[in-house]
Amino acid sequence: MNTLFDKIWDAHVVQNVEDGPTQLYIDRLYCHEVTSPQAFEGMRQRGLQCLRPSQIFCMPDHNTPTHDQDKPIEDPVSKTQVDTLAKNAADFGLTHFGMMDPKNGIIHVVGPERGLSLPGMTIVCGDSHTSTHGAVGAVAFGIGTSEVEMVMASQCILQQKPKSMRINIEGQLKWGVTAKDVALYLMSKLTTSGATGYFVEYAGAAVRNLSMEGRLTLCNLSIEMGARGGFIAPDEKTFNYLKGREYAPKGEDWDKAVEYWKTLKSGDDAVFDKELTFQAEDIEPMITYGTNPGMGMGINDTIPTLDTIDEAGQASFVKALDYMGFQPGEKLLGKTVDYVFLGACTNGRIEDFRAFVNLVKGKKKAENVTAWLVPGSWMVSQQIHDEGLDRVLEAAGFEIRQPGCSACLAMNDDKIPAGKLSVSTSNRNFEGRQGPGARTILASPLVAAAAAITGVITDPRIFMKENQN
Amino acid sequence: MKQKFDIIQSTCVPLPLENVDTDQIIPARFLKATTRDEKFFGDNLFRDWRYDKEGNPKPEFVLNNPTYGGEILVAGKNFGSGSSREHAAWAIAGYGFRVVISSFFADIHKNNELNNFVLPVVVSEEFLAELFASINADPKMEVRVDVPNQTVTNLANGQSEHFDINGYKKYCLMNALDDIDFLLENKDKIEAFEQAR
Repeated sequence: MNTLFDKIWDAHVVQNVEDGPTQLYIDRLYCHEVTSPQAFEGMRQRGLQCLRPSQIFCMPDHNTPTHDQDKPIEDPVSKTQVDTLAKNAADFGLTHFGMMDPKNGIIHVVGPERGLSLPGMTIVCGDSHTSTHGAVGAVAFGIGTSEVEMVMASQCILQQKPKSMRINIEGQLKWGVTAKDVALYLMSKLTTSGATGYFVEYAGAAVRNLSMEGRLTLCNLSIEMGARGGFIAPDEKTFNYLKGREYAPKGEDWDKAVEYWKTLKSGDDAVFDKELTFQAEDIEPMITYGTNPGMGMGINDTIPTLDTIDEAGQASFVKALDYMGFQPGEKLLGKTVDYVFLGACTNGRIEDFRAFVNLVKGKKKAENVTAWLVPGSWMVSQQIHDEGLDRVLEAAGFEIRQPGCSACLAMNDDKIPAGKLSVSTSNRNFEGRQGPGARTILASPLVAAAAAITGVITDPRIFMKENQN
Repeated sequence: MKQKFDIIQSTCVPLPLENVDTDQIIPARFLKATTRDEKFFGDNLFRDWRYDKEGNPKPEFVLNNPTYGGEILVAGKNFGSGSSREHAAWAIAGYGFRVVISSFFADIHKNNELNNFVLPVVVSEEFLAELFASINADPKMEVRVDVPNQTVTNLANGQSEHFDINGYKKYCLMNALDDIDFLLENKDKIEAFEQAR
């Protein structure tokens, strides 16, 4: 009781259905091209218009190629899906940031960076990584296409109220350890279902000290522990980040908004259904070894042996290692890497590119590595250029591609070939996620950078000076 | 597809793996459709476990094993984790499953099943382990899912369990109504809420 989650949720309850779910009011609906067409189709079949079109924002991101975006998409099926979103947005009177629009990018990168996602809001999208927007202090969660249609029709959704969980990360992160490592560490402790049924509030000194980009990364990965969403109470860092952004309130409205946002925190007497505390000092740079994000370990650790896995989980464990081509009990340090992917709604922001650049600066990309560096949005792409990061990368043998979801789920041409090993800053290492037969190791931008210049799994700290992240 | 639920009695298809994610249920490359063509999604259910690269059925996968069939899929813990893609629920429905039994479901996928008139039935770990054993012993054994009474029964050993579903959703399933029908009837409440903010 009296948690921040309760406060935001309760402020959006239209009604509690008897012996049923809550009818919850939604402030923002984001639509991308993959999970919206059937919702629009349903609206047409029912003869409906969107109830509140000004609260709905659409942009393609999953299918967009990461090169030649000024030309028509080559894959006709992808092109149809992207064109369908543009047509649907026009027919239903919705805001649409199309390909090549300076405001286009991955929906979960664009929302916060344009000030569309604000503290205290309820935000939904037909995409499980909608939890990302929780970093600004919003209740944001992924939904299915039927639910997208619900929100289009009524600006409301029927949902069971999740339970509340607070995860405290106390102390200070060690150097070379990033928000991504924190998330991979939590998943390795909680498993991919450890937070199912819960909405998570992240707190503690190490969380407070994260930059906004780091907070976005942490909240992004909430779903990988099974959580409905994850968020962080807004503070001065949040306000400074949002101030002046295009869709954020201005002038007097801004002052009024900040006054309200400052009240958005869990009470000192708040009671959570579950509360967990971890020490930041225990967290190492992390990598995954299996086929779900919970199968992670410190970069210098060894893969668990079969006898440490409970019986019901052994078949899945064996199947995962068989797919990855790894042995129980072995180290991954020194394994040859074929592909490096920097990007996705997880790690496609400016800070991620700065971290990668800091590590590869003055070095050369390993010849055996194909590297795909994909900014999360055109805004990030512009920042990369303005800060001269593109020139540093070019000198080191890397090139920057155009923004989109790219090799995170390989719906465009960016597919990792079967059998190849990819070190990826994305969010999922499921079988075939980056292309049929592709083998994925999830890691931070620093670990990805170290792999890109050495061609093998490498602890990035050997290239870093202390206090450099 | 909207259809009324009452009592379902059927043989089962066993999938005794944990953490079956929605990328396995329907890989991303099949998400490019712009219509809700359940047959297309059903044909590609578990595509990469079910077919090899050339499109030939993999005989070791359960959907290709004629010994097993029926309207009930029985899966290991944490079924449907990962992506929110409703295409996964469409694929399950399109293949012809009406019930999925597991000891644990991922949240978003569970809602997606319910919104597509596929009933997720949560049972205890023990019930699930017994059920896998029963199917293993006799692939023709049947399970009875009684929606009005909220019970699931292993007819091979007589073991029965109560399962949870809220009253509202049960009413929707038994009467083939969906959430949009309900929300549209409540427009005045939405406008009143907006006025009061």
